[in-house]
Amino acid sequence: MGHAYTPGLTVTEQTVIRKRRLLPIPGTVLAQAGDRVHAEEVVARAELPGKVHVVNVANLLGVAPDEIKDYLIRKEGDPVQKDEVIAENKPFIKWFKTEVRSPIQGKLESVSGITGQVLLREPPRLLERLAYVDGTVVDLLPAQGVTVETSCSMVQGIFGIGGETWGELVMAADSPDQPLSAAQLLPTMKSKIVIGGAFLGFETMTRAREIGVAGLVVGSIHDKDLRELLGYDLGVAITGTEQVGFTLVITEGFGTIPMASKTFELLAKHAGQKASLSGATQIRAGVIRPEILISRKSDQQGAGPPGGAVPTAGRSGIRIGDHVRIIRDPWFGRIGQVVALPTDLRQIETESVVRVLEVKFADGTSAVIPRANVEIIEG
Amino acid sequence: MTASAPPLSVIIATDCGSTTTKAILIEKVGNEYRQTYRGEAPTTVEAPFEDVTRGVLNSFAELEELSGRKILDGERIITPNRAAQGEPKVGVDIYISTSSAGGGLQMMVAGAVQSMTGESAQRAALGAGAIVMDVLASNDGRLPHEKIERIRSLRPDMILLSGGTDGGTVTHVVEMAEYIAAADPRPRLGMSYKLPLIYAGNKDARDRIKEILGEKTSLVITDNIRPVLERENLGPSRNKIHDLFLEHVMAQAPGYKKLIEWTGAPIMPTPAAVGLIMETIAKREHLNLIGVDIGGATTDVFSVFEGIFNRTVSANLGLSYSISNVLAEAGLANIMRWVPFTIEEQILRNRIKNKMIRPTTIPQTLDELQIEQAIAREALRLALAHHKSLATGLKGVQQERSISDIFEQRASGQTLIDMRKLDLIVGSGGILSHSPRRVQSMVMMVDAYEPLGFTQLSVDSIFMMPHLGVLSTVNEQAATDVFVRDCMIYLGTCVAPIGQGKDGERCADYTIRFPEGRSPESGTLSFGELRLFPLGRDEHAQIELRPAKQVDLGEGKGQSVTRDVQGGEVGLLLDGRGRPLQLPAKPEARLAALTRWHRAVNLYPGRS
Repeated sequence: MGHAYTPGLTVTEQTVIRKRRLLPIPGTVLAQAGDRVHAEEVVARAELPGKVHVVNVANLLGVAPDEIKDYLIRKEGDPVQKDEVIAENKPFIKWFKTEVRSPIQGKLESVSGITGQVLLREPPRLLERLAYVDGTVVDLLPAQGVTVETSCSMVQGIFGIGGETWGELVMAADSPDQPLSAAQLLPTMKSKIVIGGAFLGFETMTRAREIGVAGLVVGSIHDKDLRELLGYDLGVAITGTEQVGFTLVITEGFGTIPMASKTFELLAKHAGQKASLSGATQIRAGVIRPEILISRKSDQQGAGPPGGAVPTAGRSGIRIGDHVRIIRDPWFGRIGQVVALPTDLRQIETESVVRVLEVKFADGTSAVIPRANVEIIEG
Repeated sequence: MTASAPPLSVIIATDCGSTTTKAILIEKVGNEYRQTYRGEAPTTVEAPFEDVTRGVLNSFAELEELSGRKILDGERIITPNRAAQGEPKVGVDIYISTSSAGGGLQMMVAGAVQSMTGESAQRAALGAGAIVMDVLASNDGRLPHEKIERIRSLRPDMILLSGGTDGGTVTHVVEMAEYIAAADPRPRLGMSYKLPLIYAGNKDARDRIKEILGEKTSLVITDNIRPVLERENLGPSRNKIHDLFLEHVMAQAPGYKKLIEWTGAPIMPTPAAVGLIMETIAKREHLNLIGVDIGGATTDVFSVFEGIFNRTVSANLGLSYSISNVLAEAGLANIMRWVPFTIEEQILRNRIKNKMIRPTTIPQTLDELQIEQAIAREALRLALAHHKSLATGLKGVQQERSISDIFEQRASGQTLIDMRKLDLIVGSGGILSHSPRRVQSMVMMVDAYEPLGFTQLSVDSIFMMPHLGVLSTVNEQAATDVFVRDCMIYLGTCVAPIGQGKDGERCADYTIRFPEGRSPESGTLSFGELRLFPLGRDEHAQIELRPAKQVDLGEGKGQSVTRDVQGGEVGLLLDGRGRPLQLPAKPEARLAALTRWHRAVNLYPGRS
């Protein structure tokens, strides 16, 4: 391939993002094209068919499956109440009477003469799709949902857990290399998005849950703390549905790595403003990274260049002078500037022959690194 | 080549993977076919392109640049080649392709009894190249509403429903159909079309199945997968899966309608094509083989034993996206047993997670390489264990049992994978195809699979087995030529005596007679010892082994064996570490043993 480098994570003061807000099944779209919407506003709604319960009437009554229709009190399509008798036998002696009651409130959906089963369905559940960001509805897909556009500042994280949330940004750390301790989390941070520095441990996570923090953003965590938080070892990086009490976004990786100063400064600048946060991560084809979006106020919407969900397209490759993050040991987490891009392949310590680049760090030292092991700091 | 097939001199083939589209050019050179050039480009199924043909055209453009052959006229493939018109470097005769882009083919299967029709349905789907998301059965331990919820939440590309033998009971399979109907499942891609469902169960239930599922799904009925208990009939279902894959799943994926028009043979799911070439080679050479393709997200295992083909996919065992899951499934201790140094658990755990979230990085230091290769051993081991559990004889079948079967408590449904009868292991995937030293690939496979007796090992040079699989459907000679000449890299032969003893005790005496001009080598292989003898790719040697009385080399304990063995890029490996392979329990002893073995075969730089 023409180039071998990892596209970086976006950290930008100004971009325009379009979010598709679609229902998983057809439903009703509530918003109109051109509407101004808030993150917490419902833009589309659908009814999820209710849970199905199976009752084997033939077994319970001791009759053949093809006979059960004769014993049913309720017919297909009839509504049923919980504990209502839906079938009964008619013995000569009343004592031997057997009744089959509905385990749920709902309707009798179908009767099978082959298996002797009756299927009962609970009432439909309401499924609502929220706008997630403050913005404008720019596109509408009938029965499916809308596209909301927002002009915002954007920070992409590398990994997160938990779903979409929103709240006021509040700084809990003074600098990007400061760890976030439990003591720094205050009751006033309830329902807010708290920005830490380098690292947080399990104790801080527990405290965040107690307070009711909406989201946490830090540079890094230890895998063992993640395991403790989730209660299991995360095997595959497909996240976003966890329910741990808050949404967590890490910007750098696993270990104890300071948040990139550009990221920290951007978030600090917007302290006090409302932000939308998602921990959803999917690291496969169709990559999804966690994100923090700080929408501009309505009078500022529409400014700035339009972008996609991941506005990194358009780069042709890595260039001398680019700032990069090293994403593999032995220099994992360090940030430097590209000073050389040798075109020939080089043999590295493992004896693999790969394309490399030379990076100079802030302390004046430099290192030769495989191009696959750096990430451009975008934005 | 079939009699009616057109003569092919220039063939272009692509594999549209989930991240990369790989194109190869195959040309007839003299009387044989050779793979001559290779190009690749990022796959373009996802946004912002959403058209697979963009990536295909880009990979062609790279091939044009490298080979000097003009393949495209604008966006049209020039066919046939124009050698006869005096333009030898213009055009190709056929374009063929495989695809696993967009997550491949994802299926749910259902059967009446889990260990019988459930497993048969699973084998049919896996053999057709699918990832099996779940196996539902009447007796799978889940309550009806749990089954229905599961069906509804999965969103597969298609469902294969089987159950019951022909003429047997219809109740269980109808019950499964009722659950599927109640769940009203939706396909993964596209909101507007009905989910394809293949019914391959008791033929007496067909009318009922039509009534229950005919409206709610795009129902296709085919022959029963298990017409009688004693026989599996997977072919018709596999064929239907391939048809529906093209008609429904591929047709929904962006750009595939155009791609289907370009190709001269039906597009195959990538794993199905790999399985086909392995099956073709095993049958042609009369070999028992195991093939493995270890990727970033999944590990596929293929086997052909006594002519029976099986494939499994371990969907979450891989070395980048799924690396963390290898740790979760194998456990830290099992990974660390292969690492020749100590490292703090927290550091190792963080490193593995960092690889998971940045999957395209490569090891820069020797320690990192050794850790990654340790994890690969465990992924390979677990995937083979998974394969063994599914590649079995039919369960629930009454058999005549001999006295020895009764003594051995041998039941029906035993695994078909007999490591004593294994002739060849074929490794594929980045970590095996591109390890810095070939001996590393060989030792990783030997450690993970613990071959018994005499076993040849090889790797796929540049992952072209998918291309050759689909090529074998149009021109078997071309596929075989390229497979033997350009695809397979023979590493050598491993000789592993079966038995155990204390370190340093005699395992077997050996005499190796090499081709002319080279002096024979004789000696004693001790327990706990590895010995490597160079023996080139096209070289053969004769080895005579006289084992200790408790050691077996395939002819019985203590029985001498003389065999002809083939070499390869690594050579002839004598593995005296005993079988089953047991690493010392104490950390110091384990580190010493690993260091000794690594030195013996010159596994890593600076440690020889």
